[in-house]
Amino acid sequence: MTRTLLLLALAVVACAAPLFVYPVLLMTVLCFVVFACSFNLLLGYAGLLCFGHAMFFGGGAYITGYVLKSSSVPVEVGILAGAAAAAALGYVVGLVAVRRSGIQFAMITFAIAQFVYFLLLQASFTGGEDGMQRIPRNALLGMIDVSKSSVFYYVILALTVASIALFYRIVHSPFGEILRAIRDNEARVESLGFKPERFKLIAFVLSAAMAGLAGGMKATVFQFATLTDVSWPVSGEVILMTLLGGLGTLTGPMVGAGIVIVLNDYLAGFGEWSLIAQGAIMLLVIIFLRRGVVGELGAYLNRHQIARKTWISGA
Amino acid sequence: MSNISTQLLFGQLLIGLINGSFYAMLSMGLAIIFGLMNVVNFAHGAQYMLGAFAAWILLNHFGISYWGALLIAPVVVALFGLVMERLVLKPLQNLDHLYSLLATYSVTLIVEGLVRHQYGSTGMPYESPLPGGINLGFMFLPWYRLLVLVFSLVTCIGTWLLIEHTKLGAYLRAANENPNMVESFGINVPRMITLTYAFGVGLAGLSGVMAAPIYQVSPSMGSSIMIVIFAVVVIGGMGSIIGAVATGYLLGLLEAITKVFYPQGASMVIFVVMIVALIARPNGIFSAREKTS
Repeated sequence: MTRTLLLLALAVVACAAPLFVYPVLLMTVLCFVVFACSFNLLLGYAGLLCFGHAMFFGGGAYITGYVLKSSSVPVEVGILAGAAAAAALGYVVGLVAVRRSGIQFAMITFAIAQFVYFLLLQASFTGGEDGMQRIPRNALLGMIDVSKSSVFYYVILALTVASIALFYRIVHSPFGEILRAIRDNEARVESLGFKPERFKLIAFVLSAAMAGLAGGMKATVFQFATLTDVSWPVSGEVILMTLLGGLGTLTGPMVGAGIVIVLNDYLAGFGEWSLIAQGAIMLLVIIFLRRGVVGELGAYLNRHQIARKTWISGA
Repeated sequence: MSNISTQLLFGQLLIGLINGSFYAMLSMGLAIIFGLMNVVNFAHGAQYMLGAFAAWILLNHFGISYWGALLIAPVVVALFGLVMERLVLKPLQNLDHLYSLLATYSVTLIVEGLVRHQYGSTGMPYESPLPGGINLGFMFLPWYRLLVLVFSLVTCIGTWLLIEHTKLGAYLRAANENPNMVESFGINVPRMITLTYAFGVGLAGLSGVMAAPIYQVSPSMGSSIMIVIFAVVVIGGMGSIIGAVATGYLLGLLEAITKVFYPQGASMVIFVVMIVALIARPNGIFSAREKTS
């Protein structure tokens, strides 16, 4: 009951938010909420640290931009095309990478992401160093004009809600249970007759698709796609969001995305300080706050609840 | 006509060997650190960059020449490594190794950001300490580049001898296999770990000083070489020093040859080799000494 009320309140806030906050900032947060969820699916649930997730984010952004610029398909088709392309890329990369785990997986995905970066730098459709400019927001469903940011916000909100629902379904499905089991004890899962590699590959493709969706959303929000979207600092940023919020918690990475984007926005005028702050926060979180903000909060509430229960039963 | 192309070819091969020298020295440092601590030191690039900046600062603020910097800068950078090991890596040593990778990544962001904040992002020149060179007939060989080649070979062979053929090296290798056993023989393993890390970081600093007169001294020089080094160590493995060094030189040469025959592919060829190697040897290019799974 309280949960329904909470969700309802959240829905009202989300719908009314653009009246109070600059819509582009809100949409940026939402794009990164989806991106952080995609990363959390891999690291938090499957235990795979993809150190090159920007390749799917940036790749999705470029494909969405290319589709929308070169044809007149509706905006949502363009975004989905970005997600589909990222899924395809995820399948190919996953075939090479998921046979390794732990630190090797991280290094391989990092190096492959750089390879994708150089490929996109030289490909003719991306505009090289200049990036891809003036990506149009074609009419939604071919008829509703969404060129205004205050309207487009609701498209992005709908896509975000759909992705979170999908993410929720995935991690609470039997498939999600197996992923968690692989993370905790891969050999045991294999001995039960499952093929861990196959599950990891599926998780990798799903995560890539979601990251591509986030990239496609980002490309339509800002109406450009650049090499920055594919570069390693973006891969690091999504790691920071996930760790800061709380690895393997449902809402943690979303909260983390919100904090990091607002912080970036605040520090945007201070040059290098935004990256320095990101590094410092990540370091502090790794050393002192490994459960993340939401994880610590959950642990605190748990302790509190237990304390209260013992107090009541004691009285 | 054919004379010009041999000039071009040999010129590029020299550049390839020089780049390869840096790949070799840096991947060797990574391999040493990884071998003992299971830490993938992402900050290696930043520490290399710090070496170059230390040389630049020593020259421009203290009037200390290249030769002095060659001795002082690696020590300064190694001290930085010492502090970093105590403050950052030690608290994480019993956790999943992914945390130490991410912690060194965070340090990279901080260090690179601070240097960029202080010195800007444009590269600064560092004059060659050995101007001039020799005309070999088929190509012109600058003295300093010859020196770098010799120096890097000496560094790599010296480090290899130190680790494979001295008592200290034997302790290191033993601690890598079984730290508890080595500790029970009365050897202070934690201190050895700290010093090994500092040594590896000092090697990165030394490479940075040597790189200063060849490449521009810039804040991003570390992360741009680190991107390549990651691919190099995935191909060559991190378990063996010889593997890391040989792969470094070979990939530097391969990059140069690609530059002559297919310039657009030069930045990508190392990654292509990595992917091919991963497909061809699916059960791991990393050596058997790798402990993580």
